[in-house]
Amino acid sequence: MSRFARTTAALLVFVISVFPVYWMVLTAFKPTKDIQSATPTFFPAAVTFDHFGTAIAAKGFFSFWRNSLLVAGGAVLLSLVIALLAAFAIARLRWKGRRAFVLMVFVAQMTPWEALLIPVYVIARDTGMLDTLWMLTLVYFMMTLPFTIVTLRGFLAAIPVDLEEAAQVDGCSRGQAFRRVVFPLLAPGLLATSLFGFITAWNEFAFANVLIIKDQDDRTLPVWLSSFNNTFGTDWGATMAASTLFMLPVLLIFVVLQGRVTTGIVGGAVKG
Amino acid sequence: MTLLAQRPVRATAPATPRRRKRPILPYLLIAPTLLATAYLLLYPLIRNVIISLQEFGLPQLVRGDAEFVGLANYARVLSDPEFWAVVRRTLWFTAINVVLIMVLSTLVALLLVRLNKWLRLLVMGGLVLTWATPIIAATTVFQWLFQSRLGVVNWALVTLGFEEYRDYTWFADGEATFGILVTLIVWQSIPFAALSLYAAMITVPQELYEAARIDGAGAWRVFSTITFPVLRAMFGLITCLEVIWVVKAFVQIWVISQGGPGQATTTLPVYAFQVAQSLQRYDLGAAVSMLMVVLLVLALLAYFRELYRQERES
Repeated sequence: MSRFARTTAALLVFVISVFPVYWMVLTAFKPTKDIQSATPTFFPAAVTFDHFGTAIAAKGFFSFWRNSLLVAGGAVLLSLVIALLAAFAIARLRWKGRRAFVLMVFVAQMTPWEALLIPVYVIARDTGMLDTLWMLTLVYFMMTLPFTIVTLRGFLAAIPVDLEEAAQVDGCSRGQAFRRVVFPLLAPGLLATSLFGFITAWNEFAFANVLIIKDQDDRTLPVWLSSFNNTFGTDWGATMAASTLFMLPVLLIFVVLQGRVTTGIVGGAVKG
Repeated sequence: MTLLAQRPVRATAPATPRRRKRPILPYLLIAPTLLATAYLLLYPLIRNVIISLQEFGLPQLVRGDAEFVGLANYARVLSDPEFWAVVRRTLWFTAINVVLIMVLSTLVALLLVRLNKWLRLLVMGGLVLTWATPIIAATTVFQWLFQSRLGVVNWALVTLGFEEYRDYTWFADGEATFGILVTLIVWQSIPFAALSLYAAMITVPQELYEAARIDGAGAWRVFSTITFPVLRAMFGLITCLEVIWVVKAFVQIWVISQGGPGQATTTLPVYAFQVAQSLQRYDLGAAVSMLMVVLLVLALLAYFRELYRQERES
């Protein structure tokens, strides 16, 4: 393959990867007359913030944000605490049934959640949890828990046991050794793992769509965005502005995790 | 992270006689996980099986007095030609998507290996951006790209001389919608597959390639005799994962077409949901989703076999 062909192919892959997102952001900033012109413009000629204004002024915009943040944040915190306990047990302690437990976590990670929509709906209805953010939080917690255990266990296993033992020789209790020695080293791992869990919960649509029906103000951002026709009609500028705002936190997280995204998580995802 | 070949675990605490007894701590630590899994995962799964064995429609949902009907729901689903049409469509949809994903990802990975540092970072950055795009954002953008009147795709096609695409309504046509969904899923899936394959490819020892080059092997020969055989397990693993992901793809289809127009894009998960939610036949929907689980378990077993094989090789 010649150098020229390689460069062309690389640029082609880049443009195809980036174009939809580029087009979304570009449309969000374009004045309406440019969006509706017969010949589209591919570079920003004039910039407007009107569409973002329309999106933010849409009915319920802030409550959808609050709901999404509450649900995703709650799920991640819960799963972080519970996963840390389990990950410690797997990575640091010897006990009977450990392999079976690890296997269970791996299987749980592959759960086809799409097949559980109906029973979860029925259970939520029976227990009066339908139309509550609690139910959604619990579902998202369970969705992220196995992944969180697997990755935290990986991060824990990378911290040498010797450090803990040394601290214990110096007179720390086991709990103190964990808090003072292991926890600071684990913090980046905790951050990375929780941010990925957050993305999963932030993006989830199917369960949010089924479990929140009556009270439209209790919806989360993905469900709201999926029905953009009802909110914005054919106002594509506002629709794209809303999409852009929705994607922003995810993009920020990816930027924070840049190094780990391509190396660590690929490995974690494949072997997880 | 090893699954089956555990690293030898060192004794973590000084062996005192007290600790010789069966320790209770680990079980306390995993108890919350076990409870959560039992209630939020196992129970819904069992409940799904139970519903699929009952007569469970809207009246039963409200009154809660569903009666067992044995395998009647399964018999009804399996004797319904519509179900088999959905199964065929799902397999077809999966095959097209997975083949496209694997071929294109392999090409992108091979390209990444051959790029200089800057171009490689550029392409990887683009792939990560695609990867980071939330499904809902992507479906919304794709609806905009393929809009009939102002969509940029129709504009580009008309500009290239395909007059018939002026104001063409993509989402009114079954095959066109099917094609858009394939494009969307392939576009979203390539980053993971390509970056994983690339990460695997750079671990292949360079000497193997040099030896092949001295023998005068061409690019295709090098790939088919060295890269692919060495990374066979990795290719198997990613293919299994993609099969699982495509079979259960629900959100993209539901948001863009709700399985339509007609039934043109109704795959198994969409069908199960339609039957349960629109027809309010939760029993039949549960039966369909159990049949989908069976299909997925088969793919999953293949995945775990590949995983096991890879663990042994590494």
